[in-house]
Amino acid sequence: MAMRRFEVFRGTREAGALQEYGVECDEGMVVLDAMHRLQADQAPDMAVRWNCKAGKCGSCSAEINGSPRLMCMTRLSDYPEDRPITVTPMRAFPLVRDLVTDVSWNYEMSRRIPPFQPRAPDNPDGTWRMYQYEVERPQEFRKCIECFLCQDVCHVLRTHGKHAEFIGPAFLVRAAAYELHPLDMADRTGYLKDEGGIGYCNITKCCTEVCPEDIRITDNAIIPLKERVVDAHYDPIARLLGRLFAR
Amino acid sequence: MTTTVRDIREQGLGRTLRRDAWWMAPLATAVVLGAFGIYATWVAWIDRQYQWGPYLSPFYSPFFEPSWWPLSPAFLILWVPLGFRATCYYYRKAYYRAFFMDPPACAVGEARHAYKGETALFVLQNVHRFFLYLAILLVFILAYDVVLATRWPVAGVAPAGEAALGPREFGIGVGTVVMAVNVVLLGIYTFSCHSLRHLVGGRTDCYSCTTFGRTRYRLWRGVTALNEQHMLWAWTSLFSVGLTDVYIRLCAAGVITDLRLL
Repeated sequence: MAMRRFEVFRGTREAGALQEYGVECDEGMVVLDAMHRLQADQAPDMAVRWNCKAGKCGSCSAEINGSPRLMCMTRLSDYPEDRPITVTPMRAFPLVRDLVTDVSWNYEMSRRIPPFQPRAPDNPDGTWRMYQYEVERPQEFRKCIECFLCQDVCHVLRTHGKHAEFIGPAFLVRAAAYELHPLDMADRTGYLKDEGGIGYCNITKCCTEVCPEDIRITDNAIIPLKERVVDAHYDPIARLLGRLFAR
Repeated sequence: MTTTVRDIREQGLGRTLRRDAWWMAPLATAVVLGAFGIYATWVAWIDRQYQWGPYLSPFYSPFFEPSWWPLSPAFLILWVPLGFRATCYYYRKAYYRAFFMDPPACAVGEARHAYKGETALFVLQNVHRFFLYLAILLVFILAYDVVLATRWPVAGVAPAGEAALGPREFGIGVGTVVMAVNVVLLGIYTFSCHSLRHLVGGRTDCYSCTTFGRTRYRLWRGVTALNEQHMLWAWTSLFSVGLTDVYIRLCAAGVITDLRLL
């Protein structure tokens, strides 16, 4: 058992501050364990959202020493013992209380993406035929656990507050999962350019850096979508070739 | 002193709760890219010592000097690699962070400004693929320069660096190897481009229902394998271009003597 110091944000959007606590910690504990112990022993009214404790539900997103991370996947041993560990809520979303934010804006953005539109079935029994190598690209995006850490770290939302104009990296990943699918027939380039605000992304790759599922968000989702927008809106040669050769 | 809600909102350049050395990467990028920019401008401006024997600096290749052009011939060439790198998806990240500080690093505050991203002036970044076409051409020209760098004048190289007229013979000097390494790195950087990855197969969704679908998929896989290390190729090729020019320049200035290997 070792005493670790924590600075935890306590309060609401209107009034709040970092409060320092000392918590008895055991070997192998993660930040979420420490928050639970703090909640049990010293701060029973502290709000913390969590669910699976296995890095798969995406509920316990927070900022640890200023970096967006899942609390359940962040070991205390990764931080020096002589300095307090700072735990604060995500900044890109409205604060509810303590470490909990209101992430409902994300679900609204999700609903606005033009949905998956499969082509007509290949077979009379209503099934399709596709190959594993064709679906590997969109399958990477199925790993997304909707922790919204990528949304939180994206400076377009976090710093510039462009929530009305930009859907954020998480939903560019969602759009890419549909757009790159071998069965999908919908064209989302107009949506991505205008409502989706893909032009606001200046590809600084912070979303990729914080993704706990190691999805290569920028290289495999955002840039391919940007290139499709270029095809459709900025490149007359590609438009011509697109007419000559079907996708 | 109490840290309040306002304090943790990172309002202001460099404001953050991060405790790591987040400023190291943008600082190093700014120093290296800035130094390279100054060196490239100087090299282009001085218009001399870009050739020694069969070697030609990549800053001046392909070499042509029209009579109507008042400046150094390098300026007729350098806009191509400059445009290719300036619109490159990797370098965009690097200089948006290092020079525009937009953001300087992840979860670090920025100076207050009206953010437009790549929707206003920077929508011009979408011309990247057109620079790619020219950059591919340039790679083949530089590869031809390596071939020429194996054609040594039988009568030797004058002290001032001019290759003697007359017959030529096969030979390889250290400079030939330097130029060959440079063109390989430039080639890998160019062929690992995100736009090329899209153009060769990334724009295809259903490979099994498209003309040459398997071929497109294999090309996409190949470019993807290179693209995964695009940052590495971006930096190594930048250094190799600079070092190739330095080597040829030092030979031309008589500071070092080129070693003939074959």
